Amino acid sequence: MPATPRLYFEDFTVGWSMTHGPRTITRQEIIAFASEYDPQPMHLDEEAAKKTLLGGLSASGWHTCAIMMRLIYDGLLVNAASMGAPSVDEVKWLKPVRPGDDLSVRLTVIGKREPKSRPDMGFVQCRCEVLNQHGEVVLDSNYPGMFAKRKREAAE
Amino acid sequence: MKFFDDIQIGDRRDLGKHTFSAEEIKRFARSYDPQPFHMDEEAARHSHFGALCASGWHSTAACMRLIVDYHKRLAAEMIARGERPAKIGPSPGFKNLKWLKPIYAGDSVVFASEVIETRASASRPQWGIVHMRTTGTNQKGERVYEIENIAFIERRSA
Repeated sequence: MPATPRLYFEDFTVGWSMTHGPRTITRQEIIAFASEYDPQPMHLDEEAAKKTLLGGLSASGWHTCAIMMRLIYDGLLVNAASMGAPSVDEVKWLKPVRPGDDLSVRLTVIGKREPKSRPDMGFVQCRCEVLNQHGEVVLDSNYPGMFAKRKREAAE
Repeated sequence: MKFFDDIQIGDRRDLGKHTFSAEEIKRFARSYDPQPFHMDEEAARHSHFGALCASGWHSTAACMRLIVDYHKRLAAEMIARGERPAKIGPSPGFKNLKWLKPIYAGDSVVFASEVIETRASASRPQWGIVHMRTTGTNQKGERVYEIENIAFIERRSA
C-alpha cells in the first residue's frame, strides 16, 4: 500500500467504471514470458504457431493476466489502500493477444462486501475486461479486491 | 497428453515442485505486480503479509510451467511407446482461483491436479472439455493454491 493512499474501501462505488492503459505487448515480451512460464509453440515461434488453432504467435493467457494486473496496479492500486486479492472467480480468454496489440483494462465495480470478522477492510468485487486496440474484449474476469478502510479516530 | 476418451474423473497427476526465490518473486513483481509486499522485504514486513511473498499471478505462471513440462514428458513417453499424443486446444479460461495463503520467499510448493469433470464439446465434435482442480501445497503441508483449469483435449474417435 502506498505511504499515503488516496483511495480506500469507502471510496469505491458500485457501477464505477474506469479504463487503464493502453500498453503495447511486444513480440519479444511474449516470447520472453512464454520461455519462462508457458513454453508452448503458439507462444514461442511464429512458424510453429501458424500450425496451431491460434493461427499465429499469441501471448500466453497467463501473460495477459499479468499485464492486466500491471495495468490495474499503475492505474488504480498505486494510489489505493490495496491489500491484494484472495481469489479470482473466473477468467475467460476470449480472443488471442497478438504481438503489437495495445491492451487496456476496463474495470467496473460490481459489488462490495464488508466481512463482520474484519472491520478494518472490505471486498470490492471487480469485473475486469482486457480490450485490444480494435475494442474487442480479449479477456473477461471477475474477482474481489481487498481494500483497507479509512482509520476512524475512535478506533485509534 | 492422453486422449479425451482415456481420461477419467478422479485421474490424478503430480506436476512437481517450484521454489519461489526472493530474486524471482521481485523480478516477476517488477514487471507485472509491483506492490510493495512483492518487491521489498522491509516494506513487506510492515504489510499485513508480514514478509516478502509472491504475486498471485506469479504462482499461476509457475504452475503453468509445471503443467507444460508435465505434458511434454507425457508426450515424449507416448512417442517412445509408438503412440501419438493427443492435441491440446487453447484453454477457454479458468474458474475458482484461490490464493489460500501467501507464498513466501524460499517456499517450495508442490502442485498436483485431479480431473473433476469431462464432457464432449457440443460445437466442436473433435474435442472434449476437461476440468481439472489443481492445488499447490507448501513445505509445511499447507494448501496455498487452488484453481479449476479448463482444457480442450482431442478425442480419439474424431
